[in-house]
Amino acid sequence: MSEPIIEINHLSYDYPDRRVLSDISLAVRQGEFLAIVGENGSGKSTLIKCILGLLKPEGSIRLFGRELDQFDEWWRISYVSQKAASFNSGFPVTVEEVVEMGLYAKKGLFKRLKKGDRTKVRQALETVGMWDRRSSKVGDLSGGQQQRVFIARALVNDPELMILDEPTVGVDQRYVKEFYEILEELRADKKRTFVLVTHDIHFVSRLVTDVVHLIDGKLGCNCGIKEYWELDEKEIRSLYPVPGRVLVHEGERV
Amino acid sequence: MIEAFMTFKFLQYALVAALLIGFTAPFIGSFVVVRRMSLIADALSHVTLAGIALSLLISGMVSSLAGLNPLYLGIVTAVIAALLIDWLRSKYRHFQELAIPIMMATGMGLGAIFISMANGFSMDLVSFLFGTVSAVTLTDVYTILIVAVIVIVFVSLFYKELLFLSFDEEQARVSGIRLQLVHVVFMIVVALVIAISMRIVGILLVSSLITLPVAAALRFAKSFKATIFWSIVFGEVATIAGLILAYQFDLAPGGMIVMLAVLELIIVMSAERFVGGKHHGKTTRKSA
Repeated sequence: MSEPIIEINHLSYDYPDRRVLSDISLAVRQGEFLAIVGENGSGKSTLIKCILGLLKPEGSIRLFGRELDQFDEWWRISYVSQKAASFNSGFPVTVEEVVEMGLYAKKGLFKRLKKGDRTKVRQALETVGMWDRRSSKVGDLSGGQQQRVFIARALVNDPELMILDEPTVGVDQRYVKEFYEILEELRADKKRTFVLVTHDIHFVSRLVTDVVHLIDGKLGCNCGIKEYWELDEKEIRSLYPVPGRVLVHEGERV
Repeated sequence: MIEAFMTFKFLQYALVAALLIGFTAPFIGSFVVVRRMSLIADALSHVTLAGIALSLLISGMVSSLAGLNPLYLGIVTAVIAALLIDWLRSKYRHFQELAIPIMMATGMGLGAIFISMANGFSMDLVSFLFGTVSAVTLTDVYTILIVAVIVIVFVSLFYKELLFLSFDEEQARVSGIRLQLVHVVFMIVVALVIAISMRIVGILLVSSLITLPVAAALRFAKSFKATIFWSIVFGEVATIAGLILAYQFDLAPGGMIVMLAVLELIIVMSAERFVGGKHHGKTTRKSA
């Protein structure tokens, strides 16, 4: 079996007033599509921030076989954050300029973008159907269009691992479906690995291979998507602190 | 008047200094504004007053340092203040704006002490407060030129990192960009620009030359490169025209330059009504 792309061992993270993540261990291998689900405040985004080196947790994180503090090949990873949709819309920057930012990590200091890089920007924008709007100011676009631009920025470097932290938060519901259609197209490349933090797993259940369910910062469930759906109603309900019913829609639990 | 600028060396020095400042201040100002650091420029300029006042005091007290150019100590003070502001911002993570009044008060307090120790305002000091047409020396021009070259080299080398940091700090960190290094160098460069700009615009008005041309460009520029370009155009027009008018009417150049920059902003905002531009901050959401 191939070496995990992400390997987390006994990870814990504390905010000053409380423990947010407690003894998390998991592994993500090449080609997997991991969905991280859980209630608000269950530690999903904190876990992502730890993986990306934005927070310093206890325990160990290895990316592409290297300890996080020694890992420097960040161009292999791209990240679409929750905040992508809530940036300063007055910022004077065009669609093209935003997507170019996705290439900066690989370029390194002092190096400028070249013709080949412009081609990559074009391809990424064409993938998300935004090439025609390349000269538009990003703040002038609709929420759905902005999100497509941020996906293009994440794609432009042809990353091996895409991490998406609730990328549809703040985006109009009518664009959410469109977003997942793009994700489905990206999924066609089976070598690429995805980690998606989401509230609506039913939207992506066709793409997901594995599920991590966090409950109050602890690992409630870490299993394949089939096993996740096969958990009986009582077990799924036990994962949620609020009483509710498990609904079935078109043969899938939602 | 053109004849005067052709004849008098001091006017030529002032003109060259104005040309360089009209370029560098809005150039670095484009990044200062989009990083929401406009007020930091104000704090730095006020701290620079302390350096200038100290230099004038030392020049008056120590005869061997009588010829010391106040710009040098002004530059040193501005750079130290920039690093201190950054340190204070890291100490008050949830109240970062506190660094500005703390440093501003420190600078003004020290400035007031040094000025009173030197027995009040001299003409030299007044020229640093509101800018000067007549007191720009060849050494000033060389110092301003060196700083202008540093700014151009810095922005050229770090353009993409600065833009990324300004637009999306979290993403830039995830990309592995050495943000702390870029940020510290940026703060030092901002301090340098403020220190050199005060020769023409004056300490009290220097931050406006960094922000006003950018404020006008932001009204219509769609890309960041266009914002920089138009900021420089507005900056150059205001400084050169302001300097010429200040000479013609014997007024403080700082005042003229800043009022012209304000006028540019008013013209751009008025023009929006005629060309159907949108009001800043209200975006038009178009359907996908």
